[in-house]
Amino acid sequence: MTSLLEIQGISKNFGGFTALESVSIDIQKGERFGLIGPNGSGKTTLINCVSGALANDSGSIRFGGEEISRLPAYQRTRRGIARSFQIPRPFASMSVLENLVVPLEYVVHRGSLHTADTRSEAMEILRGMGLADKAETQSNQLSQVELRKLELARAMAARPQLLISDEAMAGLSSNEISEVLEILFKLNAAGITIIMIEHIMQAVMKFSQRVVCLDAGKIICEGTPQSIVQDPGVQRAYLGA
Amino acid sequence: MRNFFIGAAVLLALAAGLPALVKVEYYYVLGYTVLQLIILATAWNILGGFAGYVNFGSGAFFAVGAYTAVSLYKLVSLPLGLQVLAGAAMAGLLGLGVGLLTLRLRGIFFSIATIAITIILETVVLNWTYVGGAKGLPILRPTEVPLFDNYTQWLFFVMAVIAVIAVATARYIQSSWIGRGLRAIRDNEGAAECSGVPTLKLKLFAATVSGALMGAAGAPYALLGSFIEPTSAFSLNHAVNALAMPIIGGTAHWVGPVIGAVLLGTVQQVVTVTISSEMNVLVVGVLLVVFVVAAPEGILGLIKKFSGGKK
Repeated sequence: MTSLLEIQGISKNFGGFTALESVSIDIQKGERFGLIGPNGSGKTTLINCVSGALANDSGSIRFGGEEISRLPAYQRTRRGIARSFQIPRPFASMSVLENLVVPLEYVVHRGSLHTADTRSEAMEILRGMGLADKAETQSNQLSQVELRKLELARAMAARPQLLISDEAMAGLSSNEISEVLEILFKLNAAGITIIMIEHIMQAVMKFSQRVVCLDAGKIICEGTPQSIVQDPGVQRAYLGA
Repeated sequence: MRNFFIGAAVLLALAAGLPALVKVEYYYVLGYTVLQLIILATAWNILGGFAGYVNFGSGAFFAVGAYTAVSLYKLVSLPLGLQVLAGAAMAGLLGLGVGLLTLRLRGIFFSIATIAITIILETVVLNWTYVGGAKGLPILRPTEVPLFDNYTQWLFFVMAVIAVIAVATARYIQSSWIGRGLRAIRDNEGAAECSGVPTLKLKLFAATVSGALMGAAGAPYALLGSFIEPTSAFSLNHAVNALAMPIIGGTAHWVGPVIGAVLLGTVQQVVTVTISSEMNVLVVGVLLVVFVVAAPEGILGLIKKFSGGKK
């Protein structure tokens, strides 16, 4: 397997607070990768640095061999990194379908625009997510689980190679969790590399091939899901024991 | 699409043919004023309504257009059409410049900067003696009037052309991918950026186009009254009108600012003539407050609500 995303020694400070301290992670093409850690451990900061919402202070981020750490976020999306947001951020004035048309127009079909094509393509993605019957619904009318699915659907509309799912399951019921998990498995089977950030352990354990645990901005453990839960450092970070 | 252009052509033909029917000059001044409001409101809405970046400095863009035109007219007697283009270009550059300085930051910084720009530019013009400074500058209209009986009719027609261009531009932006990108920025800028929308570029584009149209609206201003002075050119009234009319008409659609401007512009003129010229500002203020509180989506929102209710 080849590396898709190479994060090397990146650090991020907010004033005097160190959110990330020389974190290095290599993610392989097609991998299902889990990122865990207690609240405030730097998970979201890390993926904000990868997706471009924040600029890392030092270190390098390479995607498909290309240095991307100084590119604006939209350029990274166009290169194949898509993300969902922890707290859903729908384009509230638009219908569910239109939410997907935005990345389709700005990433996939830049320059050659055919409204009819993007709409049918958006519909196709919505079908895959089980949101087809909500296509014309205003996106601020959706339920929590539908909003999470919309987040994933919109990310997928950018046709990414790498999908970063930021706590897509927080606050969902166990049925809904399996539903979202199933979607993520399906996307991975279609060849998309996935980074899952999650607090819900059984979901991470079931989904990930490899897991990294962050604590206070540093990687404290890396390994298979089974080895991670037995690691004393991880147990201490999570249980405070 | 075709209906819009047929409508626009019919309106322009009416504007061109009107002098055959209406001779009273006052009506052309009135029409000019309403057209000016339509352009300002439409231009404001491209950035303020579509992208959600509120411009409090419409007066500055308007005045830059007006003073660019005046200085070039005084310098080389530039014809009106070119004055309008030059005014639009300068005000567009101003929009781009203010945008470059402030639009990297999100939210209210742009709005604050637009107020500052108005004050700075007004101070500059107050001390610029070539265009009259604080005393103002009387302008002699060209003696030859192209195509029309008198110069006011010609100004009215030019303003109609600019208004059609402004509305067509807003309509194009709204229905294109640019408009969708601007809406995404207004809804959630972070999510827009992560959906591949080049947010800074789009905001700069909107600020430039919006500024240019305001400048075009300002360019013929001095020739209408044969006089220009800074206080009225930079007047806060321009900024208040440009912002109030889209909000009252509805910001989500290009037709909202047009409705707002026609309605309010007419009411203002009626109030100015029948009651007092101070009163028209009060009318706008009261209506703005009423709409912001009771109908934040403007007249368009009300229409949608009631037609939706009937179904």
